[in-house]
Amino acid sequence: MVALPYLWLLLFFVVPFIIVLKISFSDVALAIPPYKPLLEWVGKHSLAVKLNFDNYAFLFTDSLYLHAFANSIKVAFLSTLMCLIIGYPMAYGIARAKPAVRNVLLLLVILPFWTSLLLRVYAWIGLLKANGVINNVLLSLGLIHEPLTMLYTPFAMYVGIVYSYLPFLILPLYANLEKMDWQLLEAAEDLGCRPWQAFYKITLPLSRNGILAGSMLVFIPAVGEFVIPALLGGPNALMIGRVLWDEFFANRAWPVASAVAILLLLLLVPFMMWYQSVQARESAGAR
Amino acid sequence: MTASAGGVVKAQIWNDPSARPYVEIERVNKSFGDFTAVKDVSLKVYKGEIFCLLGASGCGKTTLLRMLGGFETPSSGRILIDGEDMTGVPPYERPVNMMFQSYALFPHMNVEQNVGFGLKQDRLPKGEIQSRVATMLDLVKMGEYARRKPHQLSGGQRQRVALARSLVKRPKLLLLDEPLGALDKKLREHTQFELIGLQDKLGVTFIVVTHDQEEAMTLASRIGVMNHGEIVQAGTPSEIYEFPNSRFVADFVGSVNMFEGKLIEDEPDYVRIDSAELGATIYVNHGISAPPGATVWAALRPEKVFMSMSPPAGDDNGAGAADNVVRGNVQDIAYLGDLSIYLVRLATGKVVRVTQPNTSRHAETIGWDQQVYLSWDATSPVVVTR
Amino acid sequence: MNYRSSFFILTCIGLGFAFLYIPILSMVVFSFNASKLVTVWDGANSPTLKWYYALLHNEEVLDAAWISLKVAVINASGSVILGTLAGFGLARFSQFRGRFTLNAMTTAPLVMPEVITGLSLLLLFVALEELIGWPAGRGITTMTIAHMTFSMAYVTVIVNSRMASFDTALEEAAMDLGARPLKVFFVITLPIIFPAILSGWLLAFTLSWDDLVISSFTSGPGSSTLPMVVFSKVRLGVSPEINVLATITLGVVSTMVVGVSLWMARRAKLDAL
Repeated sequence: MVALPYLWLLLFFVVPFIIVLKISFSDVALAIPPYKPLLEWVGKHSLAVKLNFDNYAFLFTDSLYLHAFANSIKVAFLSTLMCLIIGYPMAYGIARAKPAVRNVLLLLVILPFWTSLLLRVYAWIGLLKANGVINNVLLSLGLIHEPLTMLYTPFAMYVGIVYSYLPFLILPLYANLEKMDWQLLEAAEDLGCRPWQAFYKITLPLSRNGILAGSMLVFIPAVGEFVIPALLGGPNALMIGRVLWDEFFANRAWPVASAVAILLLLLLVPFMMWYQSVQARESAGAR
Repeated sequence: MTASAGGVVKAQIWNDPSARPYVEIERVNKSFGDFTAVKDVSLKVYKGEIFCLLGASGCGKTTLLRMLGGFETPSSGRILIDGEDMTGVPPYERPVNMMFQSYALFPHMNVEQNVGFGLKQDRLPKGEIQSRVATMLDLVKMGEYARRKPHQLSGGQRQRVALARSLVKRPKLLLLDEPLGALDKKLREHTQFELIGLQDKLGVTFIVVTHDQEEAMTLASRIGVMNHGEIVQAGTPSEIYEFPNSRFVADFVGSVNMFEGKLIEDEPDYVRIDSAELGATIYVNHGISAPPGATVWAALRPEKVFMSMSPPAGDDNGAGAADNVVRGNVQDIAYLGDLSIYLVRLATGKVVRVTQPNTSRHAETIGWDQQVYLSWDATSPVVVTR
Repeated sequence: MNYRSSFFILTCIGLGFAFLYIPILSMVVFSFNASKLVTVWDGANSPTLKWYYALLHNEEVLDAAWISLKVAVINASGSVILGTLAGFGLARFSQFRGRFTLNAMTTAPLVMPEVITGLSLLLLFVALEELIGWPAGRGITTMTIAHMTFSMAYVTVIVNSRMASFDTALEEAAMDLGARPLKVFFVITLPIIFPAILSGWLLAFTLSWDDLVISSFTSGPGSSTLPMVVFSKVRLGVSPEINVLATITLGVVSTMVVGVSLWMARRAKLDAL
């Protein structure tokens, strides 16, 4: 019964990575497809494996790539942090709302998630442009005298990422907080905690798995994000997803793109495994 | 059933008008929207008492307890503890601790950390915290489980930890919300007596919320019976049981036979009630304050009914030959081991509940469909007017 | 009693939802704007439906929408079958060889950066074509396969979590009353987990409908999906027609999401009786 999905994922999810790995060791060639085979017949009967580490060496020598990796991690980390700062109080508030209100608020969190990411990112262009809504409002209020440059800046990129990934953080966090026994907070207050101390000593440690799961759902995809930096970040927003895209589509350097993908994957696999173990713990109900 | 508890409390201190109450609840009301949870409650609890708030779910007892703990603010009225007005004081500044019904043990902390939590909150020196936690854990016999997490404990063990955690801060007043509700019957009985022993040893005043009348009877120095947000009667367990002031209390505490009737004679030292339901007159040797002809109810406990196969001899309390005697047929018998319950159907159709202790091993003289006489002393019924 | 929220929390919720909804609402408002300058409100001629008219007569957009719709429907149906099987298997069989792998393979696509999934699938298709001649070129087929691969992971998670709260006594009762296992699955299990399957279908549809990155990697000439067309338009600058598209999408999605939620709430209420 599980054989069909199993084989499907094996063929279309696992095997492709092996191919990516293989191509990352190939030479770039002006051909279709634009890379040289890894195995070559040398003479008549001997098959030579030519492992080519040039692509990786290239990635580590050209500072552009390392810079892009570092910047992606920084952007993803800060975005995750901002999502947490905005999302935690929201998830908490929703979890403590009356059931009827709670369902409406949840629906409002889920709704943007169902509308196209592309269109929601596009909306920010209209807001952040030089003659966009925000500048128009600020100008008409007299708070500024000339338009602020917001679009195509790191600021715009952060706004876009936080905006797009916020629901991914709120939902698992809410699911965790919703299971919380609020009487524990009363018990803590009864034993002498002020409300914020009770939050820090009880709620926060008990929602650890929700925080981790939500953060991972933001951090991991954000590291490889392409659309948001491409639309909001401007030409010098160096994100690794964009580098990969450009190597592949603009430069047709498939082996380099593959090497980037492999390095990115190696970087993210520990986080993915962490995420999976957090999920397993959360569904087992252990604290 | 007598008051076995309240060892610390001076005998009947609540009857001494000069005694200073420890907890004073003054005309407290609490409403949530349109719903009034607690209605004009006034109550005085004295040092060293175990006071039980008894009532069905939704009667307001938990809300009252939560107001004492500081988790709800009264809509009107005042609460004083040890002479200090506590009305606006938040829970973390009250000299009061609470044991929650769900125990509310912190799942991410072990037993020791749970018990030490409140002391750490007060920034006591580490050594003192350790010794006080250890002493308290020994007291509740949980010393060897100090490193366990709550989910590794049984229900009874959790109850002990919760108790230890709420007592370790040496509160002036301990509030217990259904403290034994989650335990099974055997364990509950055992724990009741332990709780009394512990209270005796520490001298802390307890206010306990429970819906279990047996638990209230066993634990309490006094019981406050609550209904629809009001305290309908407060008194010692035996006062509540023997002299209920209303049909509600008589019915809620223990089982009772209730006979509706008309007051036909009302003298200072006796009353006579004509009960159509019973098909006889009831003679009670105490006076009541109700106009002749008023509808009243005579409450008669099942264990105070005598059952015999031949007509009983009248008692010498002034009752006439026609008073306090009826005939009926045994409709059902439930054998409970220590006692048996008989359901006797009268000619009027009314079914009377009678309990008799099984003092002799083989005596089974009264059987199904047996015609019997039921009678009672003139001192036994309690006449209530509401 | 336990529904407490401080002023601070209420403020956070208010600001948070403003953050989530102001961009969306601004698109809706400006979709009725007459000016081509998207964000400058032309009070004299607005509101107008002229951009709605323009969008619905834009051949490129309509063609792309048609392709997106085909891919999304096939993808949703396919991933529901695969995802239900996987979710059911994971929930029911606690021990089988490869359980760990299957679990990992259905969790990873949820967080995998799209550029990696897209690139790897494309390289697979290229390699397969070289090896066995299939798939010949790239287009709707390759795109659908790619979409199914990540969509089914979502369906698996949904079905799996629904199965976790499934009372197996219901199935045992059916078997006790004489139903064979296959019959039990179709008559008892499937109807009960149907809401989860429906949510899975809708989610898979939406994921496919919205996908840009993976489609870009795996599509071929002449098979541009709606997001791909939108992306190229947006890169060239803002266009009032996109506001219209966003408004229509939002209208359809919110009607659907609200409708399904209400239906499920009603169903849950009936089940509780």
